[in-house]
Amino acid sequence: MARYDRAITVFSPDGQLLQVQYAQEAVRKGSPVVGVRGPNVIVLAVEKKSVEKLQDERTEKKIVPLDDHVVLAFAGLRADARVLISRAQIECQSHRLTVEDPVSIEYITRYIAEMKQSYTQSNGRRPFGISCLVGGFDYDGQPHLFQTEPSGIYYEWKATTTGKYDKTSREFLEKYYSAEAVENENAATKLAIRAILEVVHFGQRNLDVAVIKRGEPVTMLEPSAIQDLIAVIDKENAEAENR
Amino acid sequence: MSNINLQCLLGIQCKDFVMIAADQSNSHSIMVMKDDEDKIHKISDKLIMGVIGDQGDSTQFAEYIAKNIQLYKMRNGYELGPTAAANFTRRNLAEYLRSSTPYFVNVLMGGYDKENGPELYFMDYLASSVKVPFACHGYGGYLSLSIMDRYYKEDATEEEAYEILKLCVKEVHRRLFVSLPNFQVTVVNRDGIKVLPVINSELLK
Repeated sequence: MARYDRAITVFSPDGQLLQVQYAQEAVRKGSPVVGVRGPNVIVLAVEKKSVEKLQDERTEKKIVPLDDHVVLAFAGLRADARVLISRAQIECQSHRLTVEDPVSIEYITRYIAEMKQSYTQSNGRRPFGISCLVGGFDYDGQPHLFQTEPSGIYYEWKATTTGKYDKTSREFLEKYYSAEAVENENAATKLAIRAILEVVHFGQRNLDVAVIKRGEPVTMLEPSAIQDLIAVIDKENAEAENR
Repeated sequence: MSNINLQCLLGIQCKDFVMIAADQSNSHSIMVMKDDEDKIHKISDKLIMGVIGDQGDSTQFAEYIAKNIQLYKMRNGYELGPTAAANFTRRNLAEYLRSSTPYFVNVLMGGYDKENGPELYFMDYLASSVKVPFACHGYGGYLSLSIMDRYYKEDATEEEAYEILKLCVKEVHRRLFVSLPNFQVTVVNRDGIKVLPVINSELLK
């Protein structure tokens, strides 16, 4: 029956959802994203695709604010991400409208994850080909860093990574993450940049870094500030090698 | 019967700021329920909206507009200026007017634009929208408009504008048959939003 072909999210005979796995593959091809959570700061870092000479850089954003206190970074299909981000931004304001409180980080993550899940189970749809890192501070001042996957799963992390070569950067984070490594803004930013430099093509260090602090508006680091930090990291690495 | 005309909104826009005053009475039928109601809503960093009308409508409409303007900021990375915000608000009023659930609200919107400075917009429940140097809503407005006509100066200071509003409130207290004891005042200038002291008979002594 040809009609059955219209259902794209069906189990394969060995119990796998192939479409969801293909979506996860799209994430694995996406440019790397790193998120680090400290007691007073959340840092999200992404590798920017090299922008064409005549292109407006503004249209290549991979870190976007969802509300004053929540930021999302993604790896995967940017077209899918746009739809998801738009819906999440609406939900953030809608939540304020209905309960007069900003969303908690877990709430908005769950909302995104729920939406992703629904796209794996209904007809005529295909899963979102993106994995999101959602970071920010809750109303009570607690920092949170969450990740969602195309299947609709979500996790909370101290530090995490997704996208291309995520295994390498995850191993790096596991090795170097410590309470001291994230105790302040500068240290946490450095850890995030070091983790992403592990998997960025050498010579093409085009990064976007967002820093979120408690009760303050989100700041995107200036390219010059990022380059300065990279220079410091390079110097430290060179010294370590010489020793 | 609605009490939309028994409430009062006043607004003045000068060279460096825009100031909005609103009465604080919440009345139901012939009974005053409350005289410290907040009718001036902060929409964004440099935008305020005074709303009078049916009590439920006023709150609902102001919050809806405020949240949509915040959403615009999140989506586009920059804020809606006063002109754009007024156009957006007017359009919403117009669309709801022609639906089965119109909002019965009169609005004064004031904001500070980076390029054009302070701006004041007069909007009513029939979805008109006019950019004006000063404006009023309600019966109290009928008494105030002539005072504003007489004393308005484009280069007035915030203190002078506040004095004009005091004259208006004085006249409302003397001539209007409705009791509107308290008027809250909010000003928007280059630095943002500032709440000024409430004008009441105590202050007018």
